[in-house]
Amino acid sequence: MNQPASAYFIEERHDPNETHTLAVLVQNEPGVLARVIGLFSGRGYNIESLTVSETEAQKHLSRITIVTTGTPMVIAQIKNQLDRMIPVYQVVDMTQTRRSIERELAMVKVRGQGEHRVEALRLADAFRARVIDATTESFVFEITGNTDKINQFIDLMRPLGLVEVSRTGVAAIGRGPEGM
Amino acid sequence: MTDKSHDPNQMTGAAMIVRALIDHGVTDIFGYPGGAVLPIYDEIFQQSEVQHILVRHEQGAGHAAEGYARSTGKPGVALVTSGPGATNMVTPLTDALMDSIPLVCISGQVPTHLIGNDAFQECDTVGITRPCTKHNWLVRDVNDLAKVLHEAFYVATTGRPGPVLVDVPKDVQFATGTYHPPRKSDVHRSYAPRVKGDASQIRKAVSLLAGAKRPVIYSGGGVINSGPEATRLLRELVEVTGFPITSTLMGLGAYPASGKNWLGMLGMHGTYEANMTMHDCDVMLCVGARFDDRITGRVDAFSPGSKKIHIDIDPSSINKNIRVDVPIIGDCANILGDILQVFKAEAKKPDIKSWWQQIAQWRARNSLYYKKSNEVILPQHAIQSLFEATRGKDTYITTEVGQHQMWAAQFYGFDEPHRWMTSGGLGTMGYGLPAAVGVQVAHPDSLVIDIAGDASVQMTMQEMSTAVQYELPIKIFILNNQYMGMVRQWQQLLHGNRLSHSYSEALPDFVKLAEAYGAVGLQVHKPGDLDGAIKEMISVKRPVLFDCRVAALENCFPMIPSGKAHNEMLLPEQANDEATAKAFAGGKALV
Repeated sequence: MNQPASAYFIEERHDPNETHTLAVLVQNEPGVLARVIGLFSGRGYNIESLTVSETEAQKHLSRITIVTTGTPMVIAQIKNQLDRMIPVYQVVDMTQTRRSIERELAMVKVRGQGEHRVEALRLADAFRARVIDATTESFVFEITGNTDKINQFIDLMRPLGLVEVSRTGVAAIGRGPEGM
Repeated sequence: MTDKSHDPNQMTGAAMIVRALIDHGVTDIFGYPGGAVLPIYDEIFQQSEVQHILVRHEQGAGHAAEGYARSTGKPGVALVTSGPGATNMVTPLTDALMDSIPLVCISGQVPTHLIGNDAFQECDTVGITRPCTKHNWLVRDVNDLAKVLHEAFYVATTGRPGPVLVDVPKDVQFATGTYHPPRKSDVHRSYAPRVKGDASQIRKAVSLLAGAKRPVIYSGGGVINSGPEATRLLRELVEVTGFPITSTLMGLGAYPASGKNWLGMLGMHGTYEANMTMHDCDVMLCVGARFDDRITGRVDAFSPGSKKIHIDIDPSSINKNIRVDVPIIGDCANILGDILQVFKAEAKKPDIKSWWQQIAQWRARNSLYYKKSNEVILPQHAIQSLFEATRGKDTYITTEVGQHQMWAAQFYGFDEPHRWMTSGGLGTMGYGLPAAVGVQVAHPDSLVIDIAGDASVQMTMQEMSTAVQYELPIKIFILNNQYMGMVRQWQQLLHGNRLSHSYSEALPDFVKLAEAYGAVGLQVHKPGDLDGAIKEMISVKRPVLFDCRVAALENCFPMIPSGKAHNEMLLPEQANDEATAKAFAGGKALV
């Protein structure tokens, strides 16, 4: 291997990347989100999507849902690094369990008139998107679904006068009666 | 309304801090006062249970606390003010995080109503120290302070030890609230480090060990952190199995260097026999080490034919750099105890005679060879002389970072744990002198020596003043080659011998410098004078700067060149210019 002169061994990794959705249950206290995202930036991990909200107010519990990519070794590392943080209760790999549902919500603003406007409305109907705001020259659609579905909808809106998109990021939950 | 004025648990935040230190058995702390910690200093003034050591720079306080912690197994405590006090702690906190040293840092903060206003000496201390602590806290309510302080000590000292920081705004130090002694509920319910190893994994490990033909034990700083029981069990395991053992820089002393199964340190500047044993082994037992890049060399060629067992208390150490076959998460002592129990009950000592014969052949290469001279002191020779002169004495060694550190690891034999304090992970030049201050505070009657380089030692030289003030007779043994030796070595090997800024043109006169501090200065040039001078250094009961003038261009071997595997070491007798150029070839920068 031809590598530049260095005090460090520069390794090329060839393992394929995987995308995983992680649900992280944390104590809701100041700085906890900064700890989690600081871990990702500090160690060079990817964040594709991040969703966070308090889920159990009395117990001060928040749930952070992170979509990340990496080699299997890196994904395992991310889980272990998250799990050893003091305010982290639990880390569940929703992708690994293969029994989870993922959803995100997007609000999509489209501007146009005539045939474009009619086509946008028709497609929105096909995607079960709701109109939550309308003017004579624009719509705001609300659409819920997995990431692929939302991406697809946004792509279709683009030639029809897409103005802007606001997305929540992915939330995930396991199927069946069991909790996390 | 109830009268709380006679309740002994009602006190100011500042008083709570001192009370908590006492409740956690702290007898010595290292610090530097400033505006945002004055209420705490006022409390310290009015008591005598906690001794405060005034350093000259907050970095010194941090490294002194590290030395204290590393040499005692107890947490080190540092107290610093807001702003620059806190930012000066960043290096020691990071150092302690990398080397898993239990450290509790208490920092002052501007009053809560000023936080976020860019007040005088304000900085986002918890933000800045978040990635360099195991955990940190900003306490906004005096009634949370006792709980946070107790949790801080718990987090620092349990699981994989590490540094923590508690940031206390000045108004919280003044405010009165209720203190309580340490109790279990002070700790996050989410924090529960695993101690006991999985029984089925332990069985798998034992069956691998029992069937090994070419085994090796590779131990690390985790064994020392775990405590005396882990060291005892490690030694027993070596005895019971008859396996060869090597160790990381951080793990030196867990197994005695004078022990018959000792291979020497492994890794980039480890011995040939240790690295070859690692490379060719069929079963590797890694205890409390983390397959760091200075250890593994080229990872895709690291010990290719072996089954690897990895004992670590931190699950994130498993499979981080090297994929292992049998990971066991938990405390070393606990797991070593279980392994021994199962091994003794179900296995017998494997016959590895031919493996030892192979190792003997590698040993015969004498990889730590160097050519002594009558004209000039070789740095290796200086360390060997120091080792001989201090043998059998109650000695603690600290180091700075660079060639001298590697020579110390190669040539000073450690027979006990907690005797060797060095900055392994972060590689902090300037660690050794303040660390020696901390070690000497913990062990006032012991011989504490900082094996230093002329460049490193100048980074925290100001702490000589601390040593003089507290009559701490530390010995600063400087291997003075007038270079940043390790930087120069890499420049010679990798950057066409262009010695860019690695020569110290204007070194101080260390003897006069010592005298200026009120310490003792000694200087030696000739090999013939070395032993006498070392003897004098040891007999002086005051701090000493020992200026040992050594061969300027000596380099540190053996060495695994970067990008090479354990079995591609460069041995000292091969390290001529041509062989060196070849070993490092492949780099276009090497002209």
